[in-house]
Amino acid sequence: MANKITVRNLNLFYGDTQALREVDLDIEQQQISALIGPSGCGKSTFLRVLNRMNDLIEGVRVDGQVLLDDEDVHGPEVDVVHLRKRVGMVFQRPNPFPMSVYDNVAYGPRIHGLKNKRRLDEIVENSLRDAALWEEVHDRLFRSALGLSGGQQQRLCIARLLAVEPEVLLMDEPSSALDPISTLKIEELLQELKKNYTIVIVTHNMQQAARVSDVTAFFLNGEIVESGKTDTLFTRPKDKRTEDYITGRFG
Amino acid sequence: MDSRRVIDGLSTVLLWAAGFFIMGLLVFFLAYILGQGLPVLSLEFILSPSKEFEAGGGVGPQLFNTFYILFLSLLFSVPVGVGAGVYLAEYARPSRLTNLIRLSTECLATVPSIVIGLFGLIILVNIMGLGFTILGGAAALALLNLPVLVRVTEESLRAVPQTYREASLALGATRWQTVRRAVLPPALLGLVTGLTLVSGRAIGEAAVLIYTAGVSVSRHFPDLNPFVAGETLSVHLWYVRAEGLRPDADEIAAGTAALLILVVLAFNLLIGVPARIYQRRLLGKH
Repeated sequence: MANKITVRNLNLFYGDTQALREVDLDIEQQQISALIGPSGCGKSTFLRVLNRMNDLIEGVRVDGQVLLDDEDVHGPEVDVVHLRKRVGMVFQRPNPFPMSVYDNVAYGPRIHGLKNKRRLDEIVENSLRDAALWEEVHDRLFRSALGLSGGQQQRLCIARLLAVEPEVLLMDEPSSALDPISTLKIEELLQELKKNYTIVIVTHNMQQAARVSDVTAFFLNGEIVESGKTDTLFTRPKDKRTEDYITGRFG
Repeated sequence: MDSRRVIDGLSTVLLWAAGFFIMGLLVFFLAYILGQGLPVLSLEFILSPSKEFEAGGGVGPQLFNTFYILFLSLLFSVPVGVGAGVYLAEYARPSRLTNLIRLSTECLATVPSIVIGLFGLIILVNIMGLGFTILGGAAALALLNLPVLVRVTEESLRAVPQTYREASLALGATRWQTVRRAVLPPALLGLVTGLTLVSGRAIGEAAVLIYTAGVSVSRHFPDLNPFVAGETLSVHLWYVRAEGLRPDADEIAAGTAALLILVVLAFNLLIGVPARIYQRRLLGKH
């Protein structure tokens, strides 16, 4: 299958500390790639390289190559606003805007210039359906999103993202703040979404990585120790450290 | 007996006492001022022009000037103050320059109003030769309120969770779109609170205006010309008490004071209540 994102020799520094070392990774089209590893190993930092959210942090320096299709995301001609439309992100804690459900989903299309009311209605409904939330919110579209449960809020954030029609979905521990049932719903949703999107998910939960992903990369101290097909990595890890981590000996 | 409990009980009592003391003081002030002033208030008093040497004058022009000067001063200070606040909160990277800007605003905030009044007298009234004018008063008042506006704006924007900005930027919004659509709406209540604060101060301010807008009013009423002198209610209150020759100065002062309180109250409700309703709607409480 074709690579959607190709990372080569990626190094990242926060001031003088190096957070990522010589990272190489291939992220395939319409697959779910899971990034696992202990806290502070650099997996979230890596995720934020892919849509350049690290740009917001003072003193971050990146070298190496990150290709989206065939274009370097750090290239001088890349418009970061456009990049983030193509590579969207769902955060650890659900972060809907303090607006109505409708306005949350319509936020993206509106900032990208869509005004047509009927078209917006369509996008809102389709996005909510794709995020498996429509049935629960169709009768409260114009009430504040902050009244939804945590799990619903997270699916709303996914719907909000789908509304801008991204190509890649980055998910930073999307269910770590949710209860088991909401987590299950998100995981089922991911299986639906991978038909149309390339998904990269950071997770602390190894069962989750094993359940949902096609490919897994194990991060440790800013390096990728091992990456490959999820089945293989979890059943026959090549590296001793991977084995120790997935069997719960540390982390 | 546990000494922690004694201290806990004692501090509870003391905090209650402090709270009640402040409340009591406030109630006393209000009762006193309104008690003296309300009997004087009548439609005629509120609307008719004042008289210099005889009894029976009103405060119509002063009331009008109060709002006119307030309006003009906000017209000058809000765009600049809010703009600078947004810049400091959202755009400025930490640097010497931004620290300098912040320091300057804080210095400006501590300048006594009488100094700003005299500054206005020298620059606007004398050097620029405007004389005592409504425009000059509004400009000096804007200067007085500018630092407060900058600060309140910066603080209310900083109180907006970073996650809103991240969410917006991650959807491909530009910085301005993020500020305008994701940050300003939740910060609105804080901004409005700041606005009522500076407006209340502007309505009550006398020292700045005595030396810039003067202590007399136009012969015409209402007069929209910003180049005529424009005494406000607060200045009138001071003037009547300090050098007024009217036989009914006591009543006029009492009535003016009561009217001032009512005006500030009405103004706060007028812009505070809609902002609160808007905020509740954002947060999904009905």
